[in-house]
Amino acid sequence: MTTGSPATVGPRTAGVWTPELRRARLHFVTGKGGTGKTTVAAALGIALAAGGRKVLLVEVEGRQGIAQLFDTEPLPYGERHLVSAPDGGELRALHIDAEAALLEYFQMFYNLGFAGRTLRRMGAIEFATTLAPGLRDVLLTGKIKECVTRTDNGRYVYDHVVVDAPPTGRVVKFLDVTRALTDVTRSGPIKNQADGVVKLMHSDQTVVHVVTLLEEMPIRETLEAIDELQAEDLRPGAVLINRVRPPRLPDRSVVAAADGRVDASRVRAGLVEAGLDISDEVIEGLVAETVEHAIRVAAERSAAEQLTAANQPMLQLPDLPDGIDVAALYELAELLVEKGVR
Amino acid sequence: MASRGALQIDRLIDNPKTKVIVCCGSGGVGKTTTAAALALRAAERGRTTVVLTIDPARRLAQSLGLDELDNVPRKVEVEGFDPKGELWAMMLDMRRTFDDMIIAHTDPQRAQELLASPFYQTISTSFSGTQEYMAMEKLGQLVADAEWDLIVVDTPPSRSALDFLDAPKRLSSALDGRMIRLLTAPARAGGWGIRKALTASLALGMKAVSTVIGGQLLTDASAFMQAFNSTAGGFKERAQKTAELLRSPGTAFLVVAAPEPDALREASFFVERLSSESMPLTGLVANRTHPVLADLPAPRALAAAEALEAKKSAPLAAAVLRLHADRVALDKRERRLLQRFTRAHPDVPMVGVPALPRDVHDIAGLRIIGERLAGNGNA
Repeated sequence: MTTGSPATVGPRTAGVWTPELRRARLHFVTGKGGTGKTTVAAALGIALAAGGRKVLLVEVEGRQGIAQLFDTEPLPYGERHLVSAPDGGELRALHIDAEAALLEYFQMFYNLGFAGRTLRRMGAIEFATTLAPGLRDVLLTGKIKECVTRTDNGRYVYDHVVVDAPPTGRVVKFLDVTRALTDVTRSGPIKNQADGVVKLMHSDQTVVHVVTLLEEMPIRETLEAIDELQAEDLRPGAVLINRVRPPRLPDRSVVAAADGRVDASRVRAGLVEAGLDISDEVIEGLVAETVEHAIRVAAERSAAEQLTAANQPMLQLPDLPDGIDVAALYELAELLVEKGVR
Repeated sequence: MASRGALQIDRLIDNPKTKVIVCCGSGGVGKTTTAAALALRAAERGRTTVVLTIDPARRLAQSLGLDELDNVPRKVEVEGFDPKGELWAMMLDMRRTFDDMIIAHTDPQRAQELLASPFYQTISTSFSGTQEYMAMEKLGQLVADAEWDLIVVDTPPSRSALDFLDAPKRLSSALDGRMIRLLTAPARAGGWGIRKALTASLALGMKAVSTVIGGQLLTDASAFMQAFNSTAGGFKERAQKTAELLRSPGTAFLVVAAPEPDALREASFFVERLSSESMPLTGLVANRTHPVLADLPAPRALAAAEALEAKKSAPLAAAVLRLHADRVALDKRERRLLQRFTRAHPDVPMVGVPALPRDVHDIAGLRIIGERLAGNGNA
C-alpha cells in the first residue's frame, strides 16, 4: 500500500480477506480499549454468518458488552440466539463466566452437590481464579475450544467462533495457555484439556484480529501486539481500522491546510458562486474547521503509513455519524462481506 | 459558556482545601492528558503540584520531561515553562512500588524472602488489580509526603472506571489469608457452623479447589501471605486506609468521558457508585468534543456543496462545505449524548473540552487543554 488518503485504501485492498484468513474458524478480536473491539467483533460475526452459516460470538470479560450492543438483556452462561444474518445465517452468543466454568468443572469431576454453591458463596471459586490468573484463562479458552470443536452428526456445530477478546495489553497472555499452565496444576483433566487448547491456538484454525483507530496510542499498541503474537507463534489476522472518517479536502490541499494555509478568498468566491453570501466571521469559522480537519487527515495518513509496517491485511470501517445500533452492525457487516470476509 | 451546571475547574484547583484530584474514566478517553493539563494549570496558578500518571503516551511523557518509568516525582523543567508554583511529574512503576512497600514495612531479611518468593513474581506482575492497588499505595505515599499542595492522579487504563475503586479491595481480600488458611487446612471448615452433612462434601470441594490451584502455588502463596500480613500491616488494612483517604473532603473525583455512548455509560455507572458511597464527585469532563466553529446550517452547506460539485467548480469551497456539514452532524450527536447524561445526572457539573486536532506533545498543548478545561477558549 502506498501513501494514499485513507478513503482510497479501501477499494484498492478489496479481496484483502486472504486464504489464510478464510481457513480460520476461530477469530479473536482484540484492540486497545475504546477502539470498538466489541462492535467490530459483532459485525465480523454477522459477516461470517451471512450466507447460511452458524457463528458463535463469545464474550469473556464479564462486561455484557454484547448484550448492550444488541440491546438485549444480559447474557447468561449459555449459548443463545442473538440475531439472524443475511441469507439464512445465524449469530449466537455466549458469555463465558470463569467462575461458572470452574464450578461446572468441579461438578463434572467431583460430585460436590450443594457444596459447589457454598464454595462459591464463600468466595473459594473467585479466590481460585484470582490466585491463579492462568487458571481463569485456561478455563475460558478451554470453553472456547469446546465450542469450536463441537460436532453434531459429523459436522461442526459452528462454522466460526468470534471472540471479543481481552485488550491488546493482555491478549497474548490470555492466548498463551502454555505459560498459564505452569501456574496451575500440571496433571489431571485440566491439563489434558489445556493441551488441546494449545494445539488449537497455534493452528491455522485460529487468527487474532486487531482493531485500531488512526491515532498514536492504538497504533502503537497494535504494532506491539502483532510483534508479541508472532513471537509466541500465534497468528495475527487482519488489522481492522475502525471509525475512519472521510477525507473531504482534495489530496493536494491537505498539507498546506494542515499548516494553516487555506485561501479564504477562494473559499469565499466558491461560496458566492454557490449562492451563499456569508459574513467574514462565518468564513473564518469555516477556515478554522478546515485547518483542524486537514491536521487530522494528515496525522491519520502518517498513522496509516506506520501500520503498513505490520504487513498484515488491512480493512477499514467507516465512522458512522449516527452511532452504533443493530442496524449499523449490519451495515458494517455488509462492508466486511464486500471486502471479501467469509 | 458558564451555565448553571458548568464545572468550575479554576475554583477547584485554586482552592487550597483541594488536596487530591482523581481523574477516572474508562480506557481511551484521555484521562492521562487531562490529569497532566490540570496539574500544569494548577502549577501555573501557583500551587506546588505533582501529577501521578499511569501509562502516558510517549510524547506526552516527553513533554513533561519523563523519558522512562520512574517511581519518584521529577520536577518539570522545560524551556518556556516558568510556573508561579511548581510542577512535578511521575509515572507509576507498579513493580517498584510493590517492592518499596515490602521493603519499607518489613525487616531486611524478611523483605528479601518475600521479594524472592515465586508467588510474589506472579502477583507483582500478572494479577488483575495490582496496578490499581499500587496506584492507591503510591497516592497514599504522596499524601504522606506532605510536600504537595495538590496531587493529581491518573487512574489505570481499564474497561471500567469502577475498577479503580474495586480492584484494590478484590486484591486485598484475595490476599488477606483467610481463604488460604481454609484451603491449606480444610478440616477446619467444620467450625463454620455449617450442617455436618455438608461438611464432608465441602471439605472435598476445598480439596478440589486446592488441587486445581496446585500444591506448589498454594504453598508459596501461603508462605508469602503469612509473612506479609504479619509484618506490613496486611493488604486489607492498607487498602482500607487509602479508601478512607479517597473519602476525605480534600479529595475530588473528576470523571473523564469522551462524548461516546460507551464512555458515557461507564461514566454514569461511576457517578452512581460514587454517590452511593457518598464520595466527593466534582464533575464530568466531556473530553474531545467538536463544537461547530461556523454558524451555517448543514442543509444549506450541503445544498451549496452539491451545486458546486454538479458544476465541477470550486472544489476547495465544496470540500469546506462538506467537512462543515460533517462537523455539524458530529456536534449534534455529541450534544445529544451529553444532554442525555445531564438529564440522568442533573446535579453533576460538566465542562466540554474541545478536541485538539493533533496529539498533545508539548507544554503549549497541555496549556491549551488547561484553558479549555477552565471553560476558556471554547468557541
